[in-house]
Amino acid sequence: MSTADQSYFIPEPSRWPAVAVLGLFFTVLGVSLWVNDISIGPYAVALGMLVTVYLFFGWFGDVIDESMSKKYNESVDRSFRQGMFWFITSEVFFFITFFACLFYFRNISLPWLGGEGQLGESNILWEGFKYSWPVVNLPDLTGGIKGEYTQLIEPMGAGGIPAYNTIILLSSGVTLTWAHWGLKKGNKSQLMLGMIATIALGLVFFALQAYEYYHAYAELGLTLNSGIYGSTFYMLTGFHGFHVTIGTIMLIVITVRCGKDHFTYENHFAFEGVAWYWHFVDVVWLGLYVFVYWL
Amino acid sequence: MSAVTHEEHHHDEPPKGFKRWLYSTNHKDIGTMYLVFALVMLFLGGAMAMLIRAELYMPGLQILDPDLYNNLVTDHALIMVFGVVMPAAAGMANWMIPMMIGAPDMALPRMNNMSFWLLPAAAVLLVSSLLVQFIPGTGTPVNTGWTLYPPLSVQVGLGMDLLIFTVHLLGISSIMASINIVTTILNMRAPGMKMMDMPLFVWAWFFTGLLLVIIMPVLAGGVTMLLFDRHFGTSFFDAAGGGDPVLFQHLFWFFGHPEVYVLLLPSIGVLGLVIPTFSRKPLFGYKPLVYFMGVLFVLGLIVWAHHQYTIGMSLGATMYFMIGTIMISIPIGLMIFNFIFTMWRGSMTFETPMLFAIAIILMFSFAGVTGVMLAVVPADLQYHDTYFVVAHFHYALIPGAVFGLYAGVFYWLPKWTGHMYDEKLGKIFFWWTTLAFNMTFFPQHFSGLAGMPRRIVDYNIQFIEFNQISSIGAFAFGLSHLLFLYIIIKTVKGGEKAPAKPWDGAQIGTPGLEWTLPSPPPFHSFTTPPKLK
Repeated sequence: MSTADQSYFIPEPSRWPAVAVLGLFFTVLGVSLWVNDISIGPYAVALGMLVTVYLFFGWFGDVIDESMSKKYNESVDRSFRQGMFWFITSEVFFFITFFACLFYFRNISLPWLGGEGQLGESNILWEGFKYSWPVVNLPDLTGGIKGEYTQLIEPMGAGGIPAYNTIILLSSGVTLTWAHWGLKKGNKSQLMLGMIATIALGLVFFALQAYEYYHAYAELGLTLNSGIYGSTFYMLTGFHGFHVTIGTIMLIVITVRCGKDHFTYENHFAFEGVAWYWHFVDVVWLGLYVFVYWL
Repeated sequence: MSAVTHEEHHHDEPPKGFKRWLYSTNHKDIGTMYLVFALVMLFLGGAMAMLIRAELYMPGLQILDPDLYNNLVTDHALIMVFGVVMPAAAGMANWMIPMMIGAPDMALPRMNNMSFWLLPAAAVLLVSSLLVQFIPGTGTPVNTGWTLYPPLSVQVGLGMDLLIFTVHLLGISSIMASINIVTTILNMRAPGMKMMDMPLFVWAWFFTGLLLVIIMPVLAGGVTMLLFDRHFGTSFFDAAGGGDPVLFQHLFWFFGHPEVYVLLLPSIGVLGLVIPTFSRKPLFGYKPLVYFMGVLFVLGLIVWAHHQYTIGMSLGATMYFMIGTIMISIPIGLMIFNFIFTMWRGSMTFETPMLFAIAIILMFSFAGVTGVMLAVVPADLQYHDTYFVVAHFHYALIPGAVFGLYAGVFYWLPKWTGHMYDEKLGKIFFWWTTLAFNMTFFPQHFSGLAGMPRRIVDYNIQFIEFNQISSIGAFAFGLSHLLFLYIIIKTVKGGEKAPAKPWDGAQIGTPGLEWTLPSPPPFHSFTTPPKLK
C-alpha cells in the first residue's frame, strides 16, 4: 500500500458480520416462539443475546484496535459520519411512524368512530361512543374480540415526573456538549466530569421512567391493554426508553474509552456518533412530552 | 481515464475455502452471493407461481387447500420482491458501483457482508413460516397476502410471527445495504468524478437507497404494532379498543408504494447504460433523467393511498391521491421518451440486453397505461382486487424490474465472468420468455375486467379459457428460466474470452470506470484511486 493518507482502509475478511446474523437470527426466532408459549423460545433468545454481546465486544474491539493503530484516514472517517447520519435518518422515520399513528388516531379515525364528519355514520358501530382524548371509555365496553380491557382510571398528566424528565434529558444534552468542549480543548477533567454527569442524568431518567410505568400499571389502570391511549402511550415512550437505554450503554463505553485517552482533537468520531445519537433521543423526547403527555 | 495502475498485488488472491464467502469483505464476492441468492429464490418463488397457476388451470379445488393456496400467494410475492428483485439489484450495485466510480470497495465492507447474510437467515424464517402449518397446534397458515392486513393477520397462527420477524430481518438488511451504497456514492468517487458525471445506474441506486432508508423503518413500525396487537393486548388495529385496522394499510402502503420504485429504479439505471451502448449514441438528456428520478423519488413517497381507494377515505384525500398518482405518469413518460430519443437515428444493434431494453419500453409503458386507469378513482372502484390489478402490476414489475435485471445480467456477464455468453441462446431466451410472459398476463386483463377476483382459489366457470391460456403461458414462462440458468452456468464455466470492453458502444456518454478494468476484474480493483482525464 502507499501511505496511509492515500489508501482507503479495507478490512481483512471478518467473522463478525456472520456472528451478528447468527445472534439476530436466534433472538428473533426465539421471540416468535416465546410469544406463542413454545418452551424453547426463551432459551433461543438467551442464546441469541449471548452471541450478540460476544459480537459487540469482538466487532467493536476490532474497530477500536484499527482506529488506535491509525488505519482510518480522513475518507474512512467521512464514511463513518455519513453512515451514522443515514442510520439516524432511518431511526427518525421509525419514530415518525409512531407519531403519525398518534395523529391519525386523534385527528382522523377516532373522530369518525365518534360520529363526526362525512364518514362518521360508522358511529352506528358503537352508538353513543363520544370521542375525547385520552379515550377513557372505549367504543366497545364489552371488551371486543379480545375479552376484557383494563379500565383506564386516570390518564397520565404532564406535570411531575414527565416534566422532571424533560429537564433531565435537556440538561444531559448540555453536559454532553460541555464534555465535547472539554475533549476539544484537551481538558480531561472537564471531559470526564461532563460524561459522568450525562450518564448519571440518563440513569435518573431511566429510573423515573421505570417508576412512572409502575405507577401507571398499579394505580392509573394505564396498561398496554387499556385501549388505544395505553397502546400509543407505551409504544412511544417504550421505544424511546429502549433508545435511551442503548444510548446510555454507548455513553458508558465511550466514557471508559475517554478514560483510556482513546480520543484526540482530530480523531473522535465514536464520541461524536454517540453524541449525535443522544441528541436525537433528546429531540424525540421533546416531541413525546408535547404530544403524548401535554396536549 | 487510462492511468489505472496496480502497484501492489499481494492482496490480489482471494482467501480459500468457505471463509472467502462467509467472512467476505470484498464487494465483488458479496455481489456474486447476492446474485446467486436471487437466482435460487427466483426458482423457489417461481415454483410457488407454478403451483398457483396449476391450481387455477381449472375452476374448483384441484391440488391445494384454500389456506395453503393463499399462503403460497403471500410467499410468492414476498420472495419475488424481497428475495429476487431487491437482492439481484443490490448484487449489481455491489459489483458495479465501486468499479463505476473508481472506489476500492464499498464504504463499509463488513456491514456490506452483514446485509447479505441477513438474507439467507430471513429466507429460513420465511420458509419456516410456510412449513409450520403442517405441525398441529400452530394455528392457521398466513393466508393474508403479502400486505398482511389486520384483522386477519392478527388471527392467524405462529407462521405470522415468523413472517413478522422475516420482515424485520429483511428491513435491517435493506437499510444497511442502502446506507452503505449511499455513503459509497457520496464519499468514494474517484477524485475528479462529479455527481453529474456518474453513470445513470449509480444515480438510480442513489435514489433507491434514500427511499429504502425512509420506508423500511415505517414497515418495521407497522409490523411491530401488529406483533403487539397479536400478543400484548394493544388496540392499534382493533376498533373496539379505539384503534383502526385501516391504519395498517396506510403504514403498509407508505412502504409499499415507494417499494415499487425501489424495484423499478435500478432497472431504469440499467436501461440508461444499455440503450446508449447498443444505439452507439450518448444518452439523450442525462441531466433531465436524473431530475426525473428525483421527482419520482418525491412523488413516490406521497401517493400511497391509491392502493386503498375502497376503504372510505374523505373526498379531499381521495382527490389528492388520485391527482398525485396521475402526476407520476409525467416523469415516467418523459423517461420513456428520453430512452426512445436516445435510440433515434442511432446505429443500433440488437444483442440480448438491447432486446430486453426495448421490450421494457414497450411493455412497461403498457403497465403505465393500465396504471393511469387504476389511478382514476371511479374506475378503480370497479377494478379493485380483480385480476386486472394482477395483470397491471405483473406488467409493471416483470418488464419494469425483472427484465431490467435480465438486461443487466446479459450486459455485465462478460465483465463478471470474463466470458462472452452464447448470443444465440440469449436471443432464444429473450423471445421465449417475452412471449410466454405476455401469454400469461395479457389474458388476465380481460378476466379482471370481467370481474374475476384475485387471491381466491376457485373461480366462476366463465373464466376457464382465460385461465387456461394464462396457466399454459405461465408454465412456458417458468420453463424458459431453465434456459436462463443454463446460459449463466455455461458462461461461468467457459466460452469466448471477453475483452475489457466487450461492447464497442459501452463507453459512449457514460464516463464510468468499469470498462477500464480487465474482464474479469482483479479481486481488488482501484487500490489507488484512478485519475480521471
